[in-house]
Amino acid sequence: MKGNPQLSPDGKLQHLLTIEGLPPSILFHILDTAGNFEHVAQQEIKKVPHLQGKSVFNLFFEASTRTRTTFEIAAKRLSADVINLNVSASSQSKGETLLDTVDNLSAMQADMFVVRHAESGAAHLIANHVAPGIHVINAGDGRHAHPTQALLDMYTIRHFKRRFENLRVAIVGDVLHSRVARSQIHALTTLRVPEVRVIGPKTLIPRDVEKLGVRVYHDMVQGLKDVDVVIMLRLQNERMNGALLPSRDEYFKYYGLTPTKLSRAKPDAIVMHPGPMNRGVEIDSEVADGVQSVILKQVTFGIAVRMAVMSILAGERGGNFS
Amino acid sequence: MKIQISNGRVINPSSGLDEVLDVFIAAGKIVGLGQGPAGFAPNRVIDARNKIVMPGLVDLAARLREPGYEYLATLESEMFAATVGGITSMACPPDTDPPLDEPGLVEMLKHRAKGRNQTNVHPIGALTQQLQGTRLTEMGELRDAGCVAFSQANIPLMDTQVLARALDYASTFGFTVWLQPQDGHLARGGVAHDGEVAARLGLPTIPDCAETIAISTILHLVRHTRARVHLCRLSSAAGLDLVRAAKAEGLPVTCDISINHLHLSEHDIGFFNPHCRLDPPLRSLRDRDALRAGLADGTVDALVSDHSPVDAQSKQVPFEAAEAGATGVELLLPLTLQWARQDSIPLVRALSRITADPSRILGVQAGQIAPGSTADLCIFNPDQEWVVTPQALKSQGKNTPFLNLPLLGRVSHTVVGGFLIYEDARA
Repeated sequence: MKGNPQLSPDGKLQHLLTIEGLPPSILFHILDTAGNFEHVAQQEIKKVPHLQGKSVFNLFFEASTRTRTTFEIAAKRLSADVINLNVSASSQSKGETLLDTVDNLSAMQADMFVVRHAESGAAHLIANHVAPGIHVINAGDGRHAHPTQALLDMYTIRHFKRRFENLRVAIVGDVLHSRVARSQIHALTTLRVPEVRVIGPKTLIPRDVEKLGVRVYHDMVQGLKDVDVVIMLRLQNERMNGALLPSRDEYFKYYGLTPTKLSRAKPDAIVMHPGPMNRGVEIDSEVADGVQSVILKQVTFGIAVRMAVMSILAGERGGNFS
Repeated sequence: MKIQISNGRVINPSSGLDEVLDVFIAAGKIVGLGQGPAGFAPNRVIDARNKIVMPGLVDLAARLREPGYEYLATLESEMFAATVGGITSMACPPDTDPPLDEPGLVEMLKHRAKGRNQTNVHPIGALTQQLQGTRLTEMGELRDAGCVAFSQANIPLMDTQVLARALDYASTFGFTVWLQPQDGHLARGGVAHDGEVAARLGLPTIPDCAETIAISTILHLVRHTRARVHLCRLSSAAGLDLVRAAKAEGLPVTCDISINHLHLSEHDIGFFNPHCRLDPPLRSLRDRDALRAGLADGTVDALVSDHSPVDAQSKQVPFEAAEAGATGVELLLPLTLQWARQDSIPLVRALSRITADPSRILGVQAGQIAPGSTADLCIFNPDQEWVVTPQALKSQGKNTPFLNLPLLGRVSHTVVGGFLIYEDARA
């Protein structure tokens, strides 16, 4: 059976599909490399040559603006040629299969695919299929994984908290449908965060999620007590349809992050959100724009982290430039 | 054609026979065990030294994909695959296209199958028209055309009133109704067990209470109607407990499990292995162990291949979009042997679950080696190792979670109605 194809036999990163199964050394290497890229944005010419002559295909089977844009900026700052494809609107509607689409683009000499797809496992499927030497980055597959988001979150946490080994982190909201939450959980436990909590109503917490190494809270007031980091998840409007939740108002009452609830956390706790936010649904504007919010910093760091992932996959010794 | 099978270890589960002796076949029947009739002059002597001679396998669930899905498999390819697997009788679910809901379709299938002089095909008729769960089929006519039971295949019958009436009507004539218990509402959109692996991979789930709720409903209706029901493809420990209690109560129920659920659990999905996209889903290790114990103690009456050939393209998609099912007729015997070896089950008992027991559920004369019985049998080499490769599989479906794994036990001869229809000199 095909296993986790993202590591080569000698332990090098071939694809980035999920955080699960990656050793701490690789995660730290990505974070350190991102640190070296952070200054590129401050340069007058915001470019480095790491991916010169390489073609990066942004293959988005599901609509996304923010993630696609940050990947595009990251690839361009690395001097790659970037091709954006919104496949949901073209091939799939003509009946072409996912792997046929990938084969066609591979024939155009793609070096790297950045893939987003509505179904869990799509990135693994593509990575198992492409020729050696072509790299796949998972930019979100169904409810499964969004590893670059989790990495930029880890980067943000390290930036503000310096270390992971003494932290208490709470992830709040729709964990069931969240690829972001799954990747964050794997990243936090891999980086040895001693206590990871997930908080939400039972309808939005997967059964047996404790086996991933987290503690489950249904009462947000209890769950936020003394945490160092609060990560809010986006709540999709469609959750009201499937009898998962009664209303946005009731959700906000029990699981929206307000200044009062946030006061349960440590005074220096930071507030994160992968975006896009629903103000007044999962987060109060006063918190979103407050001093503890680091939400916009996450976006900025996201570019450096994605540059780091791409350069490492392309085999560049990231950070070895001046 | 007169055949003498000499020096094989003959195992006949229904009588408990397990010894080395010769089997004599003439005019389609077994005419002697150990001792042939006076003056028996065989046309063919098969040397079965170091091999096991057993009744031909009876498989309660083999999809042949005809009519309607010939691009997935044909009667020809799948019936041949079945003979390679030592299967001499098989029941075919009605979820063809069109479904087996009219006598003409059943007659055509029987006719096409018979023309091949191979494995006996026993169609299961549709319980409701188009399997839509609203109107009853002409069960009497379908029985006369050759259907041995009635079922919804794996399409849930959501309307409890229709189910109650279908059971009442079927039991009027003494027909058995085969039902795959899964609550259609709870299973909606799900592709994996509601447990650790789905939590990790982010897959939509089917909780085991989808099975227990359906079984409970069916059992209440069995008490109400006294209809005879066979529950297909159990997947959970909790579901099995309900069946065990129902049997103790004396309700007329039987059940089966598939080879996949006997050996695998949700953990085998790994990183989205599409071959583990099965219906019902693979559940926890605890569930799997309970099913194994249930098959050993007889709470589970039969082990089935749940043969469902699927083309490569329908599996080469993200896990939740992949078509459910695995090929199985060629794996039923070796995976039964593997279970017997791993759990130290006596062969007589293990082989009963794929011969005499399913034959009893099917209500046909098959699954035994006894003087006077129809000569449906298979001979296999229990020590021969083979690897489940696409090339080795004769089925058009190459989709199985056991792909590329080595298995022990290879059929060398298959005899149906006294005819030697398959022979492999290398086994």
